[in-house]
Amino acid sequence: MLEYPFTRSTGPVIGAFLTGLREGVICGIRRADGTVLCPPLEYDPLTAEPLTELVEVGQSGEVLTWAWNGEPRPMQPFDRPFAWALIRLDGADTSMLHAVFADSPSDMSTGMRVRAVWRNEREGHIADIAGFDPVDADLS
Amino acid sequence: MSAPMRDVAVVSFAQRQEASIPGESEVEFMVPLMEQAKAAVDLTQADMGFTCSGSSDFLAGQAFSFVMTIDGTGPVPPISESHVEQDGAWALYEAWVKIQCGGIDTAFVYGYGKSSPGWLRDVLATQMDPYYVCPLWPDSYAVEALAARLMLEGGHVSERRLAEIAARSRASAASNPHAVRVEPKTVDEILAEEHVLDPLRPSDLPAEADGGCAIVLAAGDRARELCERPAWIRGMDHRGDAHTLGVRDLTSSMSARLAAQHAGVADDKVDLAELYGPFTTSEHLLIDALGLDEDATAINPSGGALAAHTMMASGLIRIGEAASRIWRGDGDRAVAHATSGPCLQQNLVCVLEGD
Repeated sequence: MLEYPFTRSTGPVIGAFLTGLREGVICGIRRADGTVLCPPLEYDPLTAEPLTELVEVGQSGEVLTWAWNGEPRPMQPFDRPFAWALIRLDGADTSMLHAVFADSPSDMSTGMRVRAVWRNEREGHIADIAGFDPVDADLS
Repeated sequence: MSAPMRDVAVVSFAQRQEASIPGESEVEFMVPLMEQAKAAVDLTQADMGFTCSGSSDFLAGQAFSFVMTIDGTGPVPPISESHVEQDGAWALYEAWVKIQCGGIDTAFVYGYGKSSPGWLRDVLATQMDPYYVCPLWPDSYAVEALAARLMLEGGHVSERRLAEIAARSRASAASNPHAVRVEPKTVDEILAEEHVLDPLRPSDLPAEADGGCAIVLAAGDRARELCERPAWIRGMDHRGDAHTLGVRDLTSSMSARLAAQHAGVADDKVDLAELYGPFTTSEHLLIDALGLDEDATAINPSGGALAAHTMMASGLIRIGEAASRIWRGDGDRAVAHATSGPCLQQNLVCVLEGD
C-alpha cells in the first residue's frame, strides 16, 4: 500500500459539490454560454474561464453511453455486476461517470432514464451516490 | 511549433518488449538497451548533449524511481538531463526542443515501463479526476468501452471494422520479434470472441508488455556522420483535450487532428504510419484524425500497441519503428504518433523523412 501523509483542500467548487453530496444534493456550475457542467469544475475545461455560479441539478438523468462490468474489480466500491455509464442529469449539459445497477446488459440501453441511489451514511465523497437505478419508463 | 529551425534526426533505436520480464528491475533491463542504442552509433554518454526519459512512479510503486535509471546511463561526469512522467515520446519532444535552442547537437532519449507486477487497467484509473472519477476505480477497459459504444451506436465505426483492425495488427505482428500478440486470427474468429467489457472483445485491447526503448537524436551534419540515411524530424506537435470525459466528444480526437495539422502530416504523401492506438477503437479514430488513406499508407507495420503495449514507451517505440523503416528504405515519409491519458486525451504527432 502506497500512501501520502498529507491532505488537500478541495476548494470552493469541488468542495461545494462534495458537501452537497453529503446533504443529498447534486450541484453543477453554469458556464459563460449558459450551459451547466456537472460535476462542476473551477475553470471551464474548454475556455479556461473561472466559473462561480453553482446550480442544483436533478437526481435523475439519461444514460448517454454504457459498458457492462460483469465482475467488479477489487478496488471498485460495488459488490455486484453493474454498468458503467456516462449520465447526463436533468438540468445539466455534460455527463458524469457512475454505476447503473441493472440485472443484466439486456436491461441497459443508451437513452434510458436512471435515478441516483444515496448511501445512508454520507461523508462528502463521490461514492455517497451508491449508484443509479434504472427508472421504469412506465412509472416515470 | 511546426517547422523546425534545425534539422534533427533519429539516428539510433533499440527496444525490448516481452509479455513480462520477471526477475529484472527496470534499471537492469534498461542498461543493456541504453548501451545498445549508443554503441550502434559509436557514442557514449559523455557524447550526449542532453538526456531525457519518460517513465511512471505509479508503475514502479516508488517516488523518483527514474533517478535510479539515470544512474544506469553512467552520468559521470555530471550530465544535463530531464524526465517526464509521460510516454517517452514527450521526452523526445523535450530533447528536440532543447536541440532547437542550440548549443548541443545530440540527445539521448528513453522510456520504459514494467506493468506486469500489478494490474495496469486498474492502475490507469489513477490518471482520472481524483475527486469525481478515480474513487470509483473505472479501469481503462471500462473507460474505453464507454467511448466504443458511442462510436458503434453513433455509426462512426462497425464491429467488423474494429475486428479488421485487430486482424491486421496480428498479421503485421507476425514479422515483429518484439510483438507479444502474434497469433493470426480471421475477422470472423475475432467477432466470435466473448466480450471482455461489452462492447470490447479481447482482440480490441492493448497487448500488455514490459520493456522499454532508447533513441539517439542528432542534428545536421552530426546526424549524417552517424547514420547513412537519417530519419529527419520534419514536424512535431502535441495537443491535449479536456481531462473530463463528460465534456469531450469521445467519437473523434480533436487534439490528434490539431497535432497532425501543425506537424504537417498532409503536406506530402505518407508511406507508413506508426500509431499508438491502445485499442482498435483508438486506431480507427486516429486514422481519421490524422487524415490517413489506408490504401496509400501502411498502418502500423509493427503491429502497434495491439501487438505489444509497453506503458510509458509505446509512443517512443512508434517513433523508433517509423525511423528504422526510413533508415532501411522501406519508406521515404513516415508519421509516428503517441498518446497519453484516457480515450486519446493527449496526442503527439511526428513526421519523419529520409533524404
